[in-house]
Amino acid sequence: MSTLAAAPAAAWPTEAPGIPVARRRRRTSTWAGIAFAAPLVIYLVLFYAYPLAQNVWMSLHHFDRNTFVNGGAPFVGFDIYREVFAQPRFWPVVRQTATFTIVSITVQYVVGLALATFFHRGGFRLSSTLRALFLVPWLLPVIVSGTTWQWMMNPDNGVLNAFLGVVGVEPVWWLSADSSLMSVIIANIWLGIPFNLVILYSGLQNIPGDLYEAAALDGASAWQQFWRITVPLLRPVTLVTLLLGLVYTLKVVDIIWIMTSGTGTSQTLATWSYGMAFGKGSSSVIRYSEASAVGTILLVVALAFGLIYIAIQRRQEED
Amino acid sequence: MVRRSWWKAPVAVALTALMLFPVYWMINVSFTRRESIRSGDVVPADFTLDHYAVVLRDQLPYLGTSIVVGLGTVAVTLAVAAPAAFALARLAVPGRRVLNFALIVAQMVPAVVMSLGFYSIYNRIGLLNTIPGLVLADSTIAVPFAVMLLSAFMAGIPREMLQAAQLDGASTWRTFRSVVMPISRNSVITASLFAFLWAWSDFLFASTLNREGGDLRPITMGIYHYIGAQNQEWGPMMATAVVASVPAAVLLVVAQKYVAAGVTAGAVKD
Repeated sequence: MSTLAAAPAAAWPTEAPGIPVARRRRRTSTWAGIAFAAPLVIYLVLFYAYPLAQNVWMSLHHFDRNTFVNGGAPFVGFDIYREVFAQPRFWPVVRQTATFTIVSITVQYVVGLALATFFHRGGFRLSSTLRALFLVPWLLPVIVSGTTWQWMMNPDNGVLNAFLGVVGVEPVWWLSADSSLMSVIIANIWLGIPFNLVILYSGLQNIPGDLYEAAALDGASAWQQFWRITVPLLRPVTLVTLLLGLVYTLKVVDIIWIMTSGTGTSQTLATWSYGMAFGKGSSSVIRYSEASAVGTILLVVALAFGLIYIAIQRRQEED
Repeated sequence: MVRRSWWKAPVAVALTALMLFPVYWMINVSFTRRESIRSGDVVPADFTLDHYAVVLRDQLPYLGTSIVVGLGTVAVTLAVAAPAAFALARLAVPGRRVLNFALIVAQMVPAVVMSLGFYSIYNRIGLLNTIPGLVLADSTIAVPFAVMLLSAFMAGIPREMLQAAQLDGASTWRTFRSVVMPISRNSVITASLFAFLWAWSDFLFASTLNREGGDLRPITMGIYHYIGAQNQEWGPMMATAVVASVPAAVLLVVAQKYVAAGVTAGAVKD
């Protein structure tokens, strides 16, 4: 999930400031521009395009342990994709991926918005310090959070079951096959709340305060203000937050793998792909081609939503 | 006018405590003697520093590797991103729109797909289980972000400053080095901090490209190793986790405003 971190950004640099200078000295400046941008272009080709192409290439050739090391994997067209689709676990994994993604981003958004509203209308001391502390889950290495959640969810000695015991609820086998999806969703929601909080909080700050004042003068309750002012005016930010969350959550491997190794219901497309290539004790049954095929499917889905995100960003900027 | 409500601060403190409970629990366990961990005391009643002694004994090489990988990633990221950011913000670059588009798309590529590609390529050219291999892979997490963050800032540098440098006869490179980079100090710091933190935190590339790397593995693998062990040692594991969290804590304390700036960098435009 390292890149759930990357609040990415449609920071398209605006053309305006640089152009006049550039126009005056167009020739030199164009060459300078090419020279300055060249390392990035080369970098993107070598370290993005090439690995991606390699991944797709592997999904079209039949690799096993031997051909992976010694070469000579035969070209098989889309056979591996057909095999992957035909596997009985394919659709359950797709469903689990959808559940993981949709439940995660929905709850993250709702909790993030509630917290953002709370802090925004707050105006109390400590507000900024506490908001900073809310960033902690997002800054910690996922291996740290993952192992901590794993220990908290330990069936016999974990603090969650101890707490449930106090309020009289039966212990839950958090990381067992049936519950593991719920458990990794809980941990993932915890990881994603800070991102939602920060983005939505800055979205709230862009809503003019006098709108609320006017509404308050007209006798609107806080509840009405929230639904009539906050929700409609936050709509663009909401769209961006949810779409980015969707793209980031689809590809999550680390928190799931660390907690459950993708066992039981917690298997998603991303962990399935990871496990087939790099799973523990897999040296005899490594399936690079299948892993690459599942990875490519994931890539296509992520990019489809990514393009929707970019299109929406563009449209919002034109408005 | 914001009304101050007396109940808000206590509620906010309670919510923060709830949110940070897992972090507290990790720290709590890391200070609790092995025999008492399972009793789940709310404070480390049976206090010990033994687990940290184990960390010092076992994890130092991994910590060293993580620092080297983190610094290497910062260096690669800045070397690629800073000149490109300047070009995109201030120079005439043919295909600028395509490049901007590629940077956004790059951030959406699932890391597992990248690691499969890298694994196959590294296997062929002998970069598996090496520090340079991990640095290059980790830098892909940070480069697109750094370019966008830096170019957004550089686009806002007053034009007069760059013109003045040019009138003084400075070359583009000189302008970049002596004017643009010093002015952009804060955003360079932000980009560097995030590049370091992401490399430090990386699990996916480390566990695929560097899993047989011995001492050349980063601290995330040091922790992961404990998970795989037959008899899970939660004390040393949590102590290592606390140590591995130090960079994040330092970042939050010394660079709080940069962090929030990094999260929102352009994601919300007004």
